[in-house]
Amino acid sequence: MLPAGTFNMSYEQDMAIIRTRFQWGAFITFLIALFALPLYVSDHWLTLANTIGYTLVAMLGLNILTGYCGQISIGQAAFVGVGAYTAAALGHHLGWSAWATLPFSAITAGFIGLIFGLPALRVKGFYLAMTTLGAQFMILYAFNHGGKLTGGITGLGVDRPAIGGFVFDSEEKFFYLIMIITIVMVFFAKNLVRTRTGRAFVAVRDNDLAAEVLGINLSYYKLLAFFICCVFAGVAGWLKIYHIGSAFPDHYPLMDSIWWLGFLIVGGLGSITGAIFGAVSYVMLLEWITILSPMLGNWFPGVSHQIFAALGLLITGLVIAVFIVFEPRGIHHRWELFKLYYRLLPFSY
Amino acid sequence: MGELAGYVITGISLGFIYGLVALGFVLVYKSSRILNFAVGEFLLVGAYVAWTARDAGWPLWATFLATIIAGAILGLLIERIALRPLIGQPILGVIMMTIALSVILRGTVMLIWGAISKVYQPRLFPAEPVQLGDIVIRQEYVWGFVTVAILLILFTYFFRYTTAGLAMRATSEDHQLARGTGIRVKSVFAQSWAICAIVAGVGGIILASITSVTLDLSQVGLKSIAVVLVGGLESIPGAIVAGLIIGIAEGLASGYIDPLVGGGISEVFAFAIAIVSLLIWPYGLFGLRRIERI
Repeated sequence: MLPAGTFNMSYEQDMAIIRTRFQWGAFITFLIALFALPLYVSDHWLTLANTIGYTLVAMLGLNILTGYCGQISIGQAAFVGVGAYTAAALGHHLGWSAWATLPFSAITAGFIGLIFGLPALRVKGFYLAMTTLGAQFMILYAFNHGGKLTGGITGLGVDRPAIGGFVFDSEEKFFYLIMIITIVMVFFAKNLVRTRTGRAFVAVRDNDLAAEVLGINLSYYKLLAFFICCVFAGVAGWLKIYHIGSAFPDHYPLMDSIWWLGFLIVGGLGSITGAIFGAVSYVMLLEWITILSPMLGNWFPGVSHQIFAALGLLITGLVIAVFIVFEPRGIHHRWELFKLYYRLLPFSY
Repeated sequence: MGELAGYVITGISLGFIYGLVALGFVLVYKSSRILNFAVGEFLLVGAYVAWTARDAGWPLWATFLATIIAGAILGLLIERIALRPLIGQPILGVIMMTIALSVILRGTVMLIWGAISKVYQPRLFPAEPVQLGDIVIRQEYVWGFVTVAILLILFTYFFRYTTAGLAMRATSEDHQLARGTGIRVKSVFAQSWAICAIVAGVGGIILASITSVTLDLSQVGLKSIAVVLVGGLESIPGAIVAGLIIGIAEGLASGYIDPLVGGGISEVFAFAIAIVSLLIWPYGLFGLRRIERI
């Protein structure tokens, strides 16, 4: 619902993402605050912000596939890994610069995603969840046993990206790189779901047979959703590997795929804002558990050294379960309710 | 020849366990249309409960009984607390809920028992191997066969002749009609979850006595879901047959493909088979072909 007193007088106004002067002000203030972040927070928080950045890119892709197109994927972390390993292999073995590997990361991840998306043409729902789960295991197996190409369990190291003499080697410099790419990806995702393609995705999600009867080419759009999802994953992988500096199979575990899917539900499935809420709450929750677990370690003396892993599983799982039962539409829905509330504030009826 | 037979027999015994766990999965799916990704963690809980009982010096029958009771309680609790509120919710929410449950259970197991792998002390089954011609089999495998066979006979009896079993079959056909005949559909759901947790727990004991009691046991849960895909979601014989197929294939792969690729193929082989089988038979070997209407 629009704020009171705002009307659509033209098609451009109707299509605008940012409508009122207040929203423009808020948006620009947010951007300034975001890009000034390195001035007033420590490196630790910047690392968190960077993690949120590439988690968000991966989750945006997953949101397009699962939230908009309705195809469940439990293999996103592996597709992120494909992007990362493509960049690592090109950079490590062929000596390509980071910028040259970016498109290849995205495209390779996209095509690998297409291969594992093929079963989506014949099956859906649970069956598809299982194929993507299989993809997760098989891709990680390939990373572990790829010999020289992937470096096996020792992984591959990469050089930091650089423009001329300017090397992205600190959290602060990376922050700008990751944020710019993340904002571009958010913008792309936000607009994609408003196009003909995005509407086709939603139709496929709501009822694929009805969509087919309406003339939507099911195979084309399902595969396209897989491709776009994995392109996002590839970009996220590219960001992640240059942020960490090396590629290890353990950086792309099954649990990440599961958490991302879970926190998409927590954030709000099928909305870009929801993906942002999900990514932020996921990284923040993990951070909170990291702070909390040494304190709780005293309560469970027998398992003090695994307390982080155990509590991480327990609390994160509980958060997802509670959201599924009590607010399956996620934080995004609450946010919409809140916006509705304050826009109508004195006259709530 | 002896080598080949060895791989096949290892595969068959593994396959029976996969089949057993898959059977629990199929039961829950048939009665309540819920896909239970937590089945591997049920197995884990069963194995750890048995370890605690064994550690306290309980005899074999008491160990099994403890696991069965613990499994029943776990299944009933989970159905009541976590899944009953989700009746009628979209499939993604339900799948995510069972995944979240699996993670919660795993975290709880880690908190209670720690992440270090354990072995049953004293051993559950005697250590001397059984000699069959020139093939040597570990006793655990034999007892695995026996347990699975007993459970299968019990289930056949249960579904053919007991009221509860017939109610479960009726519920799997149609919820509305089952209600009409006076079956309490919700309590059937609860029973099917209890049975799922029990069979997974028993499978967990046998598997853990073959390898060791570790958190990695829950991998079998995911593999048994791959088994269900091959066998068909609605078919109990399909679960057993596909369990055997995947078990044997995995045994052979770990014998003959592992040396070529450097080990570990058995971790992914089940999924590879499942994906290929999905492309050929989308609804599994024995599954119902779904006809959808708008």
